[in-house]
Amino acid sequence: MKPTNENNPEYYHKVVDCQYACPSHTPVPEYIRLIAAGRYTDAYMINWESNVFPGILGRTCDRPCEPACRRGRIEEKPVAICRLKRVCADNKDSIEDRLPEIPSKKNGYRIALIGGGPASLTVARDLAPLGYECDLYDEHAKAGGFMRSQIPSFRLPEEVIDEELGYILNRGGVNHMANTRVESLKEILDQSYDAIFVGTGAPQGRNLMLPGYDDEKTNAIRIGIEWLADIAFEHVTTIGKKVIVLGGGNTAMDCCRTAIRLGTEEVNVLIRSPLHDMKASPWEVDDARVEGIPMHENHNPKAYVVEGGKLVGMLFEIVDSVEDEDGKVKLVPTGKEVVFECDNILLAIGQENAFPWIERDIGVDFGEWDMPIVDRATFRSTHPKVFFGGDAAFGPENIITAVAHGHQAALSIDMVLSGQDPANRPEPGTNLISQKMGIHDWSYASLVTEDRRYVVPHANLAMSLKNRKMEVELGFDVQTAFDEAQRCLNCDVQTVFTTEKCIECDACVDICPVDCLTFTDNDEEAALRRKLIVPALNLSQDIYVSTTLPTQRVMVKDEDVCLHCGLCAERCPTAAWDMQKFDYTVTKAGQQS
Amino acid sequence: MSYSVPGFRHPNLPQNELGYTTKDYEGRVSTLCAGCGHDSISAAIIDACFEMSIPPHRVAKLSGIGCSSKTPTYFLGNSHGFNSVHGRMPAVATGANMANRNLLYIGVSGDGDTASIGMGQFVHVVRRNVNMIYICENNGVYGLTKGQDSATTDIGSVSKKGEPNALEPIDLCSVALQLGATFVANSFSGDKSQLVPIIQAAIAHKGFAFINVISPCVTFNNSPNSTKSYDYIRQHMASSNAVDFVPPEEEITTDYAPGTSEVVTMHDGSVIHLQKLDEKHDLHSRRSALTLINDYKAEGKVLTGLLFVDLDSQEIHETMNTTATPLRNLTETELCPGSEQLEKINEILR
Repeated sequence: MKPTNENNPEYYHKVVDCQYACPSHTPVPEYIRLIAAGRYTDAYMINWESNVFPGILGRTCDRPCEPACRRGRIEEKPVAICRLKRVCADNKDSIEDRLPEIPSKKNGYRIALIGGGPASLTVARDLAPLGYECDLYDEHAKAGGFMRSQIPSFRLPEEVIDEELGYILNRGGVNHMANTRVESLKEILDQSYDAIFVGTGAPQGRNLMLPGYDDEKTNAIRIGIEWLADIAFEHVTTIGKKVIVLGGGNTAMDCCRTAIRLGTEEVNVLIRSPLHDMKASPWEVDDARVEGIPMHENHNPKAYVVEGGKLVGMLFEIVDSVEDEDGKVKLVPTGKEVVFECDNILLAIGQENAFPWIERDIGVDFGEWDMPIVDRATFRSTHPKVFFGGDAAFGPENIITAVAHGHQAALSIDMVLSGQDPANRPEPGTNLISQKMGIHDWSYASLVTEDRRYVVPHANLAMSLKNRKMEVELGFDVQTAFDEAQRCLNCDVQTVFTTEKCIECDACVDICPVDCLTFTDNDEEAALRRKLIVPALNLSQDIYVSTTLPTQRVMVKDEDVCLHCGLCAERCPTAAWDMQKFDYTVTKAGQQS
Repeated sequence: MSYSVPGFRHPNLPQNELGYTTKDYEGRVSTLCAGCGHDSISAAIIDACFEMSIPPHRVAKLSGIGCSSKTPTYFLGNSHGFNSVHGRMPAVATGANMANRNLLYIGVSGDGDTASIGMGQFVHVVRRNVNMIYICENNGVYGLTKGQDSATTDIGSVSKKGEPNALEPIDLCSVALQLGATFVANSFSGDKSQLVPIIQAAIAHKGFAFINVISPCVTFNNSPNSTKSYDYIRQHMASSNAVDFVPPEEEITTDYAPGTSEVVTMHDGSVIHLQKLDEKHDLHSRRSALTLINDYKAEGKVLTGLLFVDLDSQEIHETMNTTATPLRNLTETELCPGSEQLEKINEILR
């Protein structure tokens, strides 16, 4: 193998699994250390800089960082990254004086942001401090998009949304055009904006037209996301005695848990596929289970049962999920049928993009599935002034992805309006600094605790089921947060090797608790991976290969389960190993050279 | 300073026949200087015992005084141990072995502990052929007393102190050979591919197995003109043979060209497969081994490898016809057979 190129910023970035997996590449270990140090405001600002909504995301993030966390490959569970994020939001001081100044002298460019969700808000956050004038169009009275309308208050209190949106909307530079639904992109284009960002999400919940469907709109059958929005804006406050929720995603979980809080006596979740194929995040399923909500797998809806013009139930056929030769799962009817009684049905079977308001002759081209053609790096559509982001760009994802899109779109807009080619993406900012404080002393807590993941306390179940605004998760207290923070392995503190200093004494190999270091003859990657003390069989993790040593061998490090404990560097007599903190910052609008 | 190693180990760590991983053979964290060759030897002992599936509780570690003699704390933490008086490890090992021949005895000593204060003990444990492994962690310097030359320092070798050594060194392998050691090897802490199979062969050997391991002292004797530095040994190391250890149950899979290899079946049925790197060398000839050591020395080279094995070795228990039962398992009736038996013995002697 060729020696590892440490100058490639992505090599060390990939070692920081959580940061690498995060769409916004938030420097997770850095803020976790700050939480451990009690510096909540600093930790919050690192988050705010990177993901804009730390308080919101600390409660609702899809947390791609957690399945990626190295700790999960060493013991059972990853660090509770998401819940630690909430700790810094809960415990911070005022951040008003740390927010970027919004210049009173504008740069002359006007930007239209369509849709008031996380993607548009991120673009506004990034561009307003640079002097752009942003017009944020939103159909609702309050901005926030699906963060406000779809996520129930018992998971995300309104105050948290109001606070974090306030840091963007109430500081100037952004004109929030509430209750203004955009019906024509052409009309916006005609207003001579310098750039337009479309962040309208995937607003259309999928309907299910089966025999017995209520065309008269008695509201007994509702699309889940629309129903949740009606609850959020308090247009709906009651529900029938028996409720069926169709679907196995997060929206289904939010629907069933909301229904219980509205006082329904019985709610059943019915899913076509087996339970283990549910799309919902495991923790959301767990929370629904704790609240006693039954979930029935392999139930395929066949018809609405209506008696005397009133919905009384739903007919399901029971299916078996069978894997065919190609490994595709097929649902095969078993012949058995069952009726579930109900007064209301909530459909949470997916959502789609919809752009009826974008004229097809104005230069914004549409491709497959009637989705706009959007560049994956620049987020620019085929119209040079129109950019897309969030769910509107490539279909339903999540908040943190929308934020990442927003950052990139804002950068593209700034580049275009500064006369730069947005395809020429700027490099990330990186830095590598030794953490050595003394002979055996590091600036980070290098000892690895064996504590298992701490559980977040929940509010009293009986009480929270009566109040849809009562937050279920209480968040870590400060001491538990410290203990949980100590579980972080500090993967951003990299093991950096200098071939020229190495005397091949084996001290690092001998001390490494997880046997990830090997001196060996070089070879092709596949062979080299098998030659290591413990073969490096996790191919998603890179192996580091040094340049050739005096004995013609190379030092090979399997990054997979490195504990970043620093013992290799501590036992190295020549400092050929050093622990160096790697900073990786996504270049945002205004930071490109 | 890290005084402990994290408890986590690689999730895919292999298990041996006993279901143990190398973690079960580890000791406490070393307090020796970073980069000390002794730590590599500890790691090699761990590897050898793990691979041979030796039950840790059937091992006794013995040592004297010095940096080397601290190391038994750093390996086989689940085994028995005795840290004895300076240079007196052989006496304690002999006593322990006489009392219970069913344990595996690993003695660890250094060049000071063996070649100076313990020389008198060393020569006798060799000639008695006590069934044990004697590892001399030889760094040619008194590390614990801050770097004086030792009895194995080569003439002209310069340690951190800066003065060339003027006195003739003791070659411990030669001494052991001359005194009738039945297994003699020379190795280097920085070459585990050689050291681990040699330790395994020594474990399989019946009788006294002596392994001299050159183990650089990074703090006092890793200087440019030292003959026991990492660089010097790497540049001047020659090997009589490459050793491959094959446990009793396993099949020999390596193929060597005829005439260049030798298969040696050890006492316990395991096999060492030697790839001869020097054709002149006869593994079973004491004289050949001594000649070879001197020849390489004359060329300024350090000869390593398995130098001598006596497969007909008769260990001390066989020579003395002692009981096979550990003394602790003997009852009073067996230990004190009574005046009638004494009378019979006295009768023979009259």
